[in-house]
Amino acid sequence: MAISLTDAAANRVRTFIENRGKGLGLRLGVKTTGCSGLAYVLEFVDELEEGDSVFEHQDVKVIVDAKSLVYLDGTQLDFVKNGLNEGFEFTNPNQKDECGCGESFTV
Amino acid sequence: MALLQIAEPGQSTNPHEHKLAIGIDLGTTNSLVASVRSGEAKVLPDSQGRFSLPSVVHYGADRTVNVGFAAKANAENDPENTIVSVKRFLGRGLADINSTYGKLPYIFVEKQNKLSLLTSQGEKNPIEVSAEILYVLKQQAENTLGGDLVGAVITVPAHFDDAQRQGTKDAAQLAGINVLRLINEPTAAAVAYGLDSGQEGIVAIYDLGGGTFDISILRLNKGVFEVLSTGGDTALGGDDFDSKIVESILAKAGIDTELSAKSLRKLADLGCKIKEQLSDTDSVDYEIEIESQTTPQKISGSFSKQDFENSIADLVKSTLRSCRRALKDADVEKEQVLEVVMVGGSTRVPYVREQVKAFFAREPLTSIDPDQVVAIGASIQADLLAGNKPDSDMLLLDVTPLSLGLETMGGLVEKVIPRNTTIPVARAQEFTTYKDGQTMMAIHVLQGERELVDDCRSLARFVLKDIPPLTAGIAVIRVTFNIDADGLLSVTALEKSTGVESSIQVKPSYGLEQFEIADMIKASMTNAKEDIQARMLREQQVDAIRMMEALDAAMSESPELLSEDDKLAIEQAIGKLKLTTQGTDGQAIKHAIKFLDDTSQPFAARRMENSIKVALTGHSVDAV
Repeated sequence: MAISLTDAAANRVRTFIENRGKGLGLRLGVKTTGCSGLAYVLEFVDELEEGDSVFEHQDVKVIVDAKSLVYLDGTQLDFVKNGLNEGFEFTNPNQKDECGCGESFTV
Repeated sequence: MALLQIAEPGQSTNPHEHKLAIGIDLGTTNSLVASVRSGEAKVLPDSQGRFSLPSVVHYGADRTVNVGFAAKANAENDPENTIVSVKRFLGRGLADINSTYGKLPYIFVEKQNKLSLLTSQGEKNPIEVSAEILYVLKQQAENTLGGDLVGAVITVPAHFDDAQRQGTKDAAQLAGINVLRLINEPTAAAVAYGLDSGQEGIVAIYDLGGGTFDISILRLNKGVFEVLSTGGDTALGGDDFDSKIVESILAKAGIDTELSAKSLRKLADLGCKIKEQLSDTDSVDYEIEIESQTTPQKISGSFSKQDFENSIADLVKSTLRSCRRALKDADVEKEQVLEVVMVGGSTRVPYVREQVKAFFAREPLTSIDPDQVVAIGASIQADLLAGNKPDSDMLLLDVTPLSLGLETMGGLVEKVIPRNTTIPVARAQEFTTYKDGQTMMAIHVLQGERELVDDCRSLARFVLKDIPPLTAGIAVIRVTFNIDADGLLSVTALEKSTGVESSIQVKPSYGLEQFEIADMIKASMTNAKEDIQARMLREQQVDAIRMMEALDAAMSESPELLSEDDKLAIEQAIGKLKLTTQGTDGQAIKHAIKFLDDTSQPFAARRMENSIKVALTGHSVDAV
């Protein structure tokens, strides 16, 4: 089981955590909701919870709970610029389909 | 693929429900918009990478409205229709404006105490003009953030009165912006530096912009900033620094005759350039060609930092006099001031910083761009008000130990409040009816992390009656979960068109021991895969049943549209779907649904055509 970050994503996460002044790392997760069943979760982490797995890339920690890991295994997180907007993008091999907006997906 | 931002722990929003909030610095000369993304407050640039939008609106004779840089370009050739610094007129009467500003290029109209400006597109009041600026900022923010905004915090000068504040609010409303709050500009600057979560006490905000100077003395008390006093000069700013440089250059060159407007413009630009360069160097050489009494004349020389400081010393001294007065008005001593915040582009001038530092006997805060600090503070406040951050100033009372949700068709749980949400909290979700003519809805409140009702804990059940009988999916039932500070959960269901309401109260954590809660969370993790598969299967089953029922109804309603062959094919497809639905292969059910959908497509198309025909019969083609 593994989750990875691109260098661009790792750099941004590091900066964001430095700006925030605290935080262990970045939480990736999924939750059941949205128009296509599942939606991604992206949050700062202040404390680890039971069952969390921790992955590291360039000293940036990515934390995933056991429930989400099933659906995120092999996922790569990237940071991209799209016109004026910028943000994180998931490349998830488990994902079969997504809604038009790309915010929710099915496995 | 939508681009995601990092949320605070436990604050992730559902898809399409991102709580995008912005802070707007609606300035006299320039306006800015900022937002917090991934925990970082930043000013949002326009498509050309510019951070500030000139607060200028141009009403063209060809009905076009330009805002910002495009409008500013018209200021010289169409001054009457180019509204510059409209903020000065907000909430003001004509008498006020005439006495304060003297001669302005606009045609003012006053009717029933309402002031308007006559432009090539008719009368425009200051609220409408301000709304044009706000609208552009809103568009810019929505393009950058990629979604609709929840609302905005807009800053106003601390000395704004009720009429001016109301005017700002009205302008925002006209621009389609939901105002979360108006906050004072100096307060926003203090928030940007995080002073709201720091030591309680007195803070001074020194704001020297392009054309105005404001000093505000604030007191932070229990997380709230109170404005103790304000002062300043509405006609003193960086532009005056530029003209002092120009005066000095002309005096040196011995020119005292009247100059052409073009030459004056050129000189003003030179003054501004020299001022900016002197922030980093000790001396600037210049050369400029001007027209004095229609004869071109070249002047050149060198302007030193010392020259500059000598020429602006009086102006800076006058700002410090205002500071002294404001302190006196606030009834505080200089020594009581904990922090001094620098705002406005003119505070970049090293001499200004030195003098302010000497006056207050402390190093002023300058690390945030002084042009952006107000917008940044507003965006931080907006982020907080939109609920993206567990409010650090609010007493953190408790969190929900387990998720709370509702039963939906197929025995599935739709979570409304996720676990670890800080309380008090209220969340609402909309549901609809499942069957045609459904008049009741059972609300089943559940607690737990699992996907199926059977695996969660049932808290309460109640029924919403008197839903108007409508086609399935039309009625909108809003279910609100509200947990108060004491941890009491109340669930309210409301049918939106009729306003029929029903509710119940429960105490969710009642009778649950700590270890039971831990077990429930653990079970949701060990059973994750099975749970989601079970959920997918149930969802497919629900879809299948809904589709078969709908088709059944349609077939008995309009049998005449069905050929014998079609009927047979559809019946066969239904039979197949019925069989697969009883099994446990979600993928197979999905395929069977698709097959039935394809098979019944021609029938559905005919029904559609028929109903259009029925609706149009008796109407002439022209009327349609």
